[in-house]
Amino acid sequence: MAWLHRYAKLLAAATLLLVTAGAMVTSTQSGLSVPDWPNTYGYNMFLFPLNKMVGGIFYEHGHRLIASGVGLLTIGLVVFLWKVDPRRWMKRLGLVALGAVILQGTLGGITVLFLLPDAVSISHAGLAQLFFCLTVAIALFTSRSWRTPAAAPVDDARLRRRMVTLTALVYVQILLGATMRHTGAGLAIPDFPWSYGRVLPPMWTWPITIHFAHRMGALVVTIVALANVADIWRRHGGRPEFTRPAWLLITLIATQVSLGALVVLSGKQPIINTLHVATGASVLVTSLVITLRAFRARFADAPVPAARPALSGADAAASAWRTT
Amino acid sequence: MTAPQRVAVFLLAAGLGAAACSAPPPPAATDTTPKKSVDPATAGAIAGRASFEGARPPVETLNMGVDQACVQSSGPNPQSDAVLISDAGGLQNVFVYIKSGLDPGYGFETPTEPVVLDQKGCIYRPRVLGIRVGQPLQIVNDDPTMHNVHALPTLNQEFNKGQPMQGMRETQVFTVPEVPVRFMCNVHNWMAAYVGVVAHPFFAVTDADGRFELKGVPPGTYTLEAWHEKFGTQEMTVTIAPSQSQPADFTFRLAAGG
Repeated sequence: MAWLHRYAKLLAAATLLLVTAGAMVTSTQSGLSVPDWPNTYGYNMFLFPLNKMVGGIFYEHGHRLIASGVGLLTIGLVVFLWKVDPRRWMKRLGLVALGAVILQGTLGGITVLFLLPDAVSISHAGLAQLFFCLTVAIALFTSRSWRTPAAAPVDDARLRRRMVTLTALVYVQILLGATMRHTGAGLAIPDFPWSYGRVLPPMWTWPITIHFAHRMGALVVTIVALANVADIWRRHGGRPEFTRPAWLLITLIATQVSLGALVVLSGKQPIINTLHVATGASVLVTSLVITLRAFRARFADAPVPAARPALSGADAAASAWRTT
Repeated sequence: MTAPQRVAVFLLAAGLGAAACSAPPPPAATDTTPKKSVDPATAGAIAGRASFEGARPPVETLNMGVDQACVQSSGPNPQSDAVLISDAGGLQNVFVYIKSGLDPGYGFETPTEPVVLDQKGCIYRPRVLGIRVGQPLQIVNDDPTMHNVHALPTLNQEFNKGQPMQGMRETQVFTVPEVPVRFMCNVHNWMAAYVGVVAHPFFAVTDADGRFELKGVPPGTYTLEAWHEKFGTQEMTVTIAPSQSQPADFTFRLAAGG
């Protein structure tokens, strides 16, 4: 199981690299620098000469190669889960991840062949985040701290509600960002923190509206995240499985808001733009990890709290490794 | 159907829907009504100059370092040709054309000779050109490197063609008037060209001194438009008397804050 967990972490890291490479493709407007798919200028994509990876081709073809690597790693994960992990639902989760990465690759191909239709490109961006969530969730579910936690899991319905809300808000915020990005509205409001020198923009076109919605989304996410972290501190301050990612979440959100401002002020400098996407993905999965840990007590194999009547040794073992 | 299946179907449907939205525009209805020709005996001309007033924007040096083939073929210190102003203030690469006012009863034979858009030194040459609806546009890769030719019209069909080999040619035809159609190369992000697609022969691109001439214009009152990629558009009403040559000068300035 330890190797399975390491492998799952490798896949999650590779997926973050893939999301970053994808962001670099859009940030440098290289999405159509390779007009064909699945080939690359007529070459089998794995045989495309490295010395021809110039300009935008470097980003687009590089993104495709990393995506292929992630796809292969995902196939490996499914096999690994099938052989090593006794939990049936984990095997299914692996298959869902595989389906997601296949669909994601197909969407990537469709968006190139149809010259980046907004709906397909935004779906590609949105599914990328969901796949990243899946890989992080699998890494979490295979960790020792998840399988055999040192203490009985926190069972707090309020925390669960608050964290589900935050994670959903972050995802919606990412979708707003993807819509802004793929419809060319990234600089529709050219100043920051004001909007054309005012609190509210003086006019409301579609690009300005989606851009302003993304800014307001950032404000909402920040407020909800701060409230949730304060709640974690107040109610579960002694539980490092919550306080540590909560610190990380606040740090990432502060970084993300700063990057968002810099994206506007730098006129969409590609590296800043890309870091903004990667940090947004990191905010999402950090919020997801806290959310899943808040649900740990609701899983069938959750360890029994010490306050409850003790189970016999055999019952405890059965409870800890229930596979349904 | 499970939730993941529903999501997958939704995403695919969204993709297919978007693809359907990007289907090619329907070809223009063929008008079989006999058309009249311009009488050379009464045709006039519009001749003029586009000039630039004010502080000249700095010339942008192109960084082609991402592709050594471009560095070698472009020569030292390649500069952008987006803004070309002569010493006398003439503005090059302004697309001038009759925007409206032409009697729809006139018919003009569509040339079969292709207009050539070359990629040489990792720059489109020419940067601005005009073409007739239905006239072939031949796009040539004269560079020892890969280009993609990405046309971004709003009325015509968008296309993106790969030209990985030197000497490759690609022919495209635009079906409806549109000024301008932007071309870009996503491999080399400094490359840009603009094509004015017009339904008649009365268009021109200003030369190095900003001059242009539209010949063989039938008598009438027209709206003339001059377009520049950085300085925007200007319009002018021009009346051509029989056999008369009418001057038309445009003066461009930097937009406020530009």
